[in-house]
Order: sequence, then C-alpha cells, then structure tokens
Amino acid sequence: MSRRVVITGLGVVAPNGTGLDAYEKALRGGVSGIRHIPLLDELKFGCRVAGVPQGVDELASEMFAEDELLAMNSSHRYGSIAAVDAWIDAGFDRPEREDDAVNWEAGAIIGTGIGGLDTTGEKLVPMVDAGRVRRLGSTIVEQVMGSGVSARVSGLLALGNQVTSNSSACSTGAEAVVEGYHRIQAGRAERMLCGGSEGSSQYAWGGFDSMRVLCRKFNDEPEKASRPLSASAAGFVPGSGAGILHLESLESAEARGARIYAEILGGALNCGGHRGGGSMTAPNPTSVQRCIRQAVDTAGIDPQEIDAINGHLTATGADPREVSSWAAALDATPETFPVINSTKSMIGHGLGAAGALESVACILMLQGGFVHPSINCEDVHPEIEPFAASIPHEVRDTPELRTIIKAGFGFGDVNVCVIFRKWAV
Amino acid sequence: MDTSEIQAKVVEIIGRYAKNKEAAATATETTNILEDLKVNSARLVDVILDFEDEFDIEVEDDDADAVNTVGDAVALIQSKVA
Repeated sequence: MSRRVVITGLGVVAPNGTGLDAYEKALRGGVSGIRHIPLLDELKFGCRVAGVPQGVDELASEMFAEDELLAMNSSHRYGSIAAVDAWIDAGFDRPEREDDAVNWEAGAIIGTGIGGLDTTGEKLVPMVDAGRVRRLGSTIVEQVMGSGVSARVSGLLALGNQVTSNSSACSTGAEAVVEGYHRIQAGRAERMLCGGSEGSSQYAWGGFDSMRVLCRKFNDEPEKASRPLSASAAGFVPGSGAGILHLESLESAEARGARIYAEILGGALNCGGHRGGGSMTAPNPTSVQRCIRQAVDTAGIDPQEIDAINGHLTATGADPREVSSWAAALDATPETFPVINSTKSMIGHGLGAAGALESVACILMLQGGFVHPSINCEDVHPEIEPFAASIPHEVRDTPELRTIIKAGFGFGDVNVCVIFRKWAV
Repeated sequence: MDTSEIQAKVVEIIGRYAKNKEAAATATETTNILEDLKVNSARLVDVILDFEDEFDIEVEDDDADAVNTVGDAVALIQSKVA
C-alpha cells in the first residue's frame, strides 16, 4: 500500500512570529527573532543571544485551562499551541474536554532534541538534591519525559492513533514529518500531526556554549548573530519554538474537501555511521548525499525539477560542505544550482524543532509564491562564492515556485531529507 | 481562621485543578473532589502540596489519602492549624 500524502494544516511558534500570518510576514521581511538574553550575561555564557518566541504565556493562558498550564513548561506550550493551531488550520474543531469521542485515525509524532530541561534544571534537580522529593508534585514526570509534548497534545485533541516523540538531535523536526508521511503512506493512519518542539532554557544551551559551537561575536548585535552562508559566520545561535504540520492521506483530504497546501513527494532518513569524515558532531558527506538522492528517488522526480533548497545551514564551518553536498547530490553546477536559503538566519537553530519550523517556512513559501531571504550573508563565504547568485538577500517573488527540498542533519551523524510540492488543483 | 475562610481557600486551590469549573464555583462541603469537580486523581498530590503552602502545615500521606470531599479537606486543615 502506498498512498499519496498531503499537508492540510500548519501551526508555528517561532522567535520571529507566532501564527502563520506573523511568521510569513517576518520571513518575507527578513525579520530576525534573535534577541539579547540578559540571563546569559549573568551566567557568563560566551553566546548571550538566542531565539525565543514572544508572548507565548499570554497566548497559552487564552488557549489552555489552568490545570493544564500548571503542567506545561516552555516546550509543552510551544508544541501545544502549534499543534492546536495546525489542527484548526486543517479545518477541525478542538474537541471539548468532556467529549469522550476519540479520533482513532489521527495521531502525532512530535519530537524534541533536548526535552524539558527547563523543568529538569529549575525544579527536578534542585529539589531532589535538597531532599525535597516529596514536594515535587505530580507534574514533573510529564514535563521531563521524552514524549511529554506529544502526550500533552494527544489529550488536547483526543488523538487515538500512534502518539509518540522522536529524537534525532537537529534532524528531529523534519524526521517527524518523514515518519508521519511513511505511516500515512502505509495506510496506518489518515492524519498525523508531525513536527518538533524545543523549549527555551539555558540548561539546553550550556553544553553547546561550552563546545564553542555557538556564536560569541555578535552579542551586541543580536539580529546579526545568525549568519549562515557568511564568511563571518561564527557559530549557530540557539533557538526554540515549535512547528507542526498536519499530514493527511490524499483520500481523506479530498473526501472532506480540505484545503491542500502541498504534497510530500518523497523523503529519506539515514546515518553516516561516524565514518568517512562523519562523527558524533559532523556529517559524513557521503551519507548526506545518499540521503538527498534517496529523497529525490522516492519522489520520482528529476533533480532539475527542484526549484529551491531550504538548507540545514546553521552558520558553522559545516555550511560550505553542505552546499558542496547539495551540488554533488543534485548534480548541479553553480549555473544550474537552485535558489538556497537558511531559515535559521532569522530564527536561529531551533534544535529538535528546527526542521519543523523550517518545513513550515517551506510550505508557506510554496503557498505564497516567494523565497524568503537568507539574511546576514552579504559577505558570502569564499567557498560558497561560486553559488552566490543562488542566495537571496531580499525576498524573491516566485509565483512559479513548485518544488522545495529540505534537509536536516543532526549530532549522531543522522540525516533527513524531504521534498514538498505545491498542490495544484 | 474560621471554617468559612478555610473552605473558601480550599475551594480556590482545588478549583485550579478542576476540569468542571462550574461545579468548582458552587462547591459545598459535600462536593467530591474527583467525581464532582473532575480533578485528575494524580493532581491530588499537588492539591495537598498547595494546602501545605497556603496553611503552613504538613500533611501525612495517610491523612491525604482520606480526603475525598471539600469537607474532608477543610476538617483536615482545621485539625492542623488549630
């Protein structure tokens, strides 16, 4: 059984905009959501800027009940807002809490890279260490367990199909989309809410800061700190938020007359095995290229049909290698290379949510006929210079945009690639 | 603190966890916390912790297990603050 899978709903909580309209506006305008975080000064971080969604607690108070909010840390709030928004965007009503009907054909794969570390750092560890276990209460486990966000969302929306959380570091969010696509394709579900959610926490970011992979050179100019593709790229900027895509079988979407944004043409997942230049923290270029080619093969398209690349592109030394891999995998020369951008240039690196936040950006670009700018790379990296004409510094109006390829790479040498095509009636 | 004051605070605390907000607004001493107010049973732990904070008391597990109604909670707290 191999069924066609389409995207019929979207939800997003991003550092530069919450909700589809705000996010699209920010993406088109090249608006950075990176801000100075005073707490990181106090804590003597090297990187003192981050991408944190704004106004979330107020929004969460409007959307969720008091008892629910007591058990929702930042990643739960981001993921739940995005999931409920995607559900409503797909044309469904939010179920009443007292309604016992279960949506057996709808599930969720909502991943996280790090999990509820704000709860772990602020409550669990200090209280256990102080001998106050008895005072932890009932809401800690569900906020620190790996599946916390998908578990919360399943209750909010009465989901009855598979509900789980995947975790594959920085490829998590896009991996969830590919896993959901496979599940619907195989006939095991009609609808799946897929994506990722990552909380905002100094405890999540500290380890990266110590690895010296975060940007330390733009603490006074937060909006310039995330610089993928740039010669002056100085490390990634930690981000947070959530992106959720409502995936649906084409049969289900057509039967209910749903608005269809795009089709998932193909997707692939693999790992480089920490060989051939790959390691815990660096991708094996052979595996990256295999993953991209597999996605193209499963989509059954010619690489020339790809109109745009939404890269992983984090603003580390890996960016030039990524661009080389794209060129090799798609058999493209600088002359034939598609337009390429990095959503992280505006929102930072959302870790486990990154691939989902960026997939939502891809669908909005297809729907709106534009390619968002990749900001902060006026000084294109010398090794990427041959491809400079493919990098938009301002929004490009592209009504002809049909097919976008999106990739993500994560610690552990894991890769994901997915191909979206605009739905044309 | 008199009984009505304690009961008002008890109802306010339990109300945070109640799925049935209407029943919480009209709760009396015979109101059952789980059945009438639709409080998730796991959250009873948090209700007891909130009582401890609000009334500066300590509640033993066995005492906590005996709390079924708003009236049970009020009586327990009264015995501790007296």
